[in-house]
Amino acid sequence: MNLHGRTIHELHQMLVDREISSFELTQLVYAQIDRVEEKTAAYLTLTRDLALQQARAADERLRDGRDATPLTGIPIALKDVLCVRDVQSTAGSQILKGFVPPYNATVVERLDREGAVFLGKTNCDEFAMGSSNENSGYRPVHNPWDLDRVPGGSSGGSAAAVAAGEAIAALGSDTGGSIRQPAALTGIVGMKPTYGRVSRYGLIAFASSLDQVGPMTRDVTDCALLLQVIAGHDPMDSTSSPRPVPDYLAQLASGVKGMRLGVPREYFVSGMEPGVEAAVRAAIRTLEQQGASIEEVSLPNSAYALPAYYIIAPAEASSNLARYDGARYGFQDGSGRTVIEEYQATRQHGFGQEVKRRIMLGTYALSAGYYDAYYLKAQKVRTLIIEDFKRAFEKVDALLGATSPTVAFPLGAKTADPLAMYLNDIITIPGNLGNVCGISVPCGLAGGLPVGLQVIAPGFREEVALRVAFAYESASGFHNAHSPLLEAAVA
Amino acid sequence: MSALATRYEVVIGLEVHAQILTRSKMFCGCSTDYLTAAPNSITCPVCLGLPGSLPVINRDAVEATIRTALALNCEIPEFTKFDRKNYFYPDLPKGYQISQYDLPLSRNGFLEFEVKGQPRRCGITRVHLEEDTGKLLHAGAIHEAQSSLVDLNRAGVPLMEIVSEPDLRSADDAREYFTRLRAILQYIGVNNGDMESGQLRCDANVSLRPLGATEYGTKVEIKNMNSFRAVHRAIEFEIVRQTEVLDGGGRLIQETRGWNDARGETVSQRSKEFAQDYRYFPEPDLPPLAVTRPWVEQIRTGLPELPSARRARFIKAFELSGYDASLLTSSRTVAEYFETAVRGGAPAKAVANWILGDLSRLRNTADWDKAGPPVKAAQLVELLTLVDSGQISGKMAKDLIAQVGATGRNPAELVREQGLSQISGDSELIQIVEQVIAENAKSVEDYRAGKQQALGFLVGQAMKLSKGKANPARVNELLREKLA
Repeated sequence: MNLHGRTIHELHQMLVDREISSFELTQLVYAQIDRVEEKTAAYLTLTRDLALQQARAADERLRDGRDATPLTGIPIALKDVLCVRDVQSTAGSQILKGFVPPYNATVVERLDREGAVFLGKTNCDEFAMGSSNENSGYRPVHNPWDLDRVPGGSSGGSAAAVAAGEAIAALGSDTGGSIRQPAALTGIVGMKPTYGRVSRYGLIAFASSLDQVGPMTRDVTDCALLLQVIAGHDPMDSTSSPRPVPDYLAQLASGVKGMRLGVPREYFVSGMEPGVEAAVRAAIRTLEQQGASIEEVSLPNSAYALPAYYIIAPAEASSNLARYDGARYGFQDGSGRTVIEEYQATRQHGFGQEVKRRIMLGTYALSAGYYDAYYLKAQKVRTLIIEDFKRAFEKVDALLGATSPTVAFPLGAKTADPLAMYLNDIITIPGNLGNVCGISVPCGLAGGLPVGLQVIAPGFREEVALRVAFAYESASGFHNAHSPLLEAAVA
Repeated sequence: MSALATRYEVVIGLEVHAQILTRSKMFCGCSTDYLTAAPNSITCPVCLGLPGSLPVINRDAVEATIRTALALNCEIPEFTKFDRKNYFYPDLPKGYQISQYDLPLSRNGFLEFEVKGQPRRCGITRVHLEEDTGKLLHAGAIHEAQSSLVDLNRAGVPLMEIVSEPDLRSADDAREYFTRLRAILQYIGVNNGDMESGQLRCDANVSLRPLGATEYGTKVEIKNMNSFRAVHRAIEFEIVRQTEVLDGGGRLIQETRGWNDARGETVSQRSKEFAQDYRYFPEPDLPPLAVTRPWVEQIRTGLPELPSARRARFIKAFELSGYDASLLTSSRTVAEYFETAVRGGAPAKAVANWILGDLSRLRNTADWDKAGPPVKAAQLVELLTLVDSGQISGKMAKDLIAQVGATGRNPAELVREQGLSQISGDSELIQIVEQVIAENAKSVEDYRAGKQQALGFLVGQAMKLSKGKANPARVNELLREKLA
């Protein structure tokens, strides 16, 4: 019985039926971690003791049959940008080495209340800045489909963990594609909820106006289950929305018959790999066969999304990362003779290259005399992108496109060229700027590597994206394709 | 001063920072009661600026700022937002201060006050809301300290910044403006007015320009003034210093100078020739704030009577002098004490005289806000009733008030206990009067010869004989009768 490929909802049934205990399940997942972690480097910290303790508590809950929820006893991985009380949380940065938060992120708190089991903190690009996980301040993550290739980023550790059977599901964070792109590159489901749908309290900030926490799972049902728990207003996050959270499972299987789905012509960018385009076109046909009407639409300002993003995100990051001065927590260089020298030494040695590049970009963009030309202009572009989406959603219910223009690329292929790396997120970034939600769902392989179909729905209409994704997944069955590392797991 | 006053015009603007009397901090639930707390004991992930923490706006602090702005005749825009002011300093745990930049809670107000009996008005540029920083404790003088300790208890306490227009023209102007502003802040209950502990702070921008010039001169910012006196002295010093520089053909540099109270001079702290770039941008963790008109009106309705209105009412209703009315209304505690005593039945003029005379000698009225009045209003009323009914003399009352203040006991009780009652019974008084007439034949003769002053002498003798207990008015009457 190979349990590693099972989903949350399948395992929940087994837990309820007492076919397996959470304790056994947790141990099985750790056994897989012990087998493959050396190859993937998906985790930065493992919380085995905490997990087994939570598993025991979950088993009691399940045994008593009282308040057991779909997540009770399910082993889950958490991206290292999420604060977990008494567990080192570094956001993949050396500058936060040794930082142990005294509090839980709201999403962590909610999962804990449901009785989920925390396996550990997953590897990621430093402060979630990157598209390949090669910017991790510790070590790069390897793609379970091909260990010489990247898993995508920045939530590459979470993606690799789920794809390699090192977790049943995971939480990631998405600022410009950091959930959807690695989900696509590792053949799993990943969703970026609408900004404001999920609390950011306890999420170590990259770009505050774009960051969102979201689920990374084996199938769309699991994605809906996880989202159901983490979504909703949080009084600790003033940017979280008070809108009620719908029942995401209720409409999941309603199908796409009669739905209007748009295909933005701008999303088939130059440089898109033919294998990726073929898989995505085929996926669109599948949805058409399921009864959806397909039409081409235009999001004319898409081309400006990437440059606008690389002003707004670094600007906010330059301010968000100012607190890392070594004085109160984390890494302290210790060589400075004055306060300023010490700040400089700590930040010079504590931050990696890409983080420093973005701090420089952002500081420049916010400087007196440049603010209007850069930051303010970028915000205006953002408004245009929001309007693009609004116009498109007057005609269609959801949009379809690729998640990433390429499949997973070899480690080191793009590290010398930041711009080439940034282009990876060209189809995901508009979703972050446009205040919409998006999900990536596996749509086959190209050259033996996973391709993701992206479904974008209007803001706070996650149920629409989930419904389309579920219809596609049910028709295609591509979510059943497993990475070699997962296939090799025996239990 | 008079010579330079003819050559240069003094231009002063004040920036006042006032901590708001809310129970919790600006963006978290921590208490604001930090003055006596152990270092870093009133902190949480939010005010420590821990990774992942987010701010939540304290509604009470917003209301207090609007209340202040309304009291200062400001406009309240319908839309406001918070911004980040970015700079590195160890007392600033996030590396930025959440403040307000281009859309403050209020703007375009004014404050009216008096200088030497002349009405003055100073424009208020804006009143905005921000968070206070932590505190640093240096091991030794700041430039030589080998280490510094950081206490973040104060970090995140709500702070209002009240910026004046450069409308003030003298150190007197500045002091009176600040005094009146402090009174308003205390009146409306947003700040305790305590400068010593830093809960109310004042910086001054001072510049000179040739009389008749329209452009401003180079401005110098003065910090570290911890009392009204310091504000006055520091500005006076700076006016003289700048005059000397200009008269000597020198050039002033734009800089920040700290006031050294012990040495009575301002000392250069840092040059501002190259303005620091704070890289302000909208705080993405806080959505913009809509300030609805009904909300503003609700706050306006809740405003108490302000010092200027109260002063006008005191002059009209109680026939007080403008000077007395100003003194009585400069503190809400004193004004309310006055009104309580008057409501208790005491004559307004007498109450005013007592407050500004004997009571302020017992305890300076400036300290009443903090320490309370030296005697209760009811006790003052009781004392004045004893005088009014002739039970004790005015002289006795003055002695008694100090005892009331010291012991806290009621005047009537003390009078009874010490047998202080005035002798008003005629049988006893007639004896005294007869004795005085018998013993002062010369004066009796003088009086009968038409010298009215002689009667005063005889009354005095009677008072002496009775050890001050005789009712002087009745003694006066009895003497006239006997000598008629």
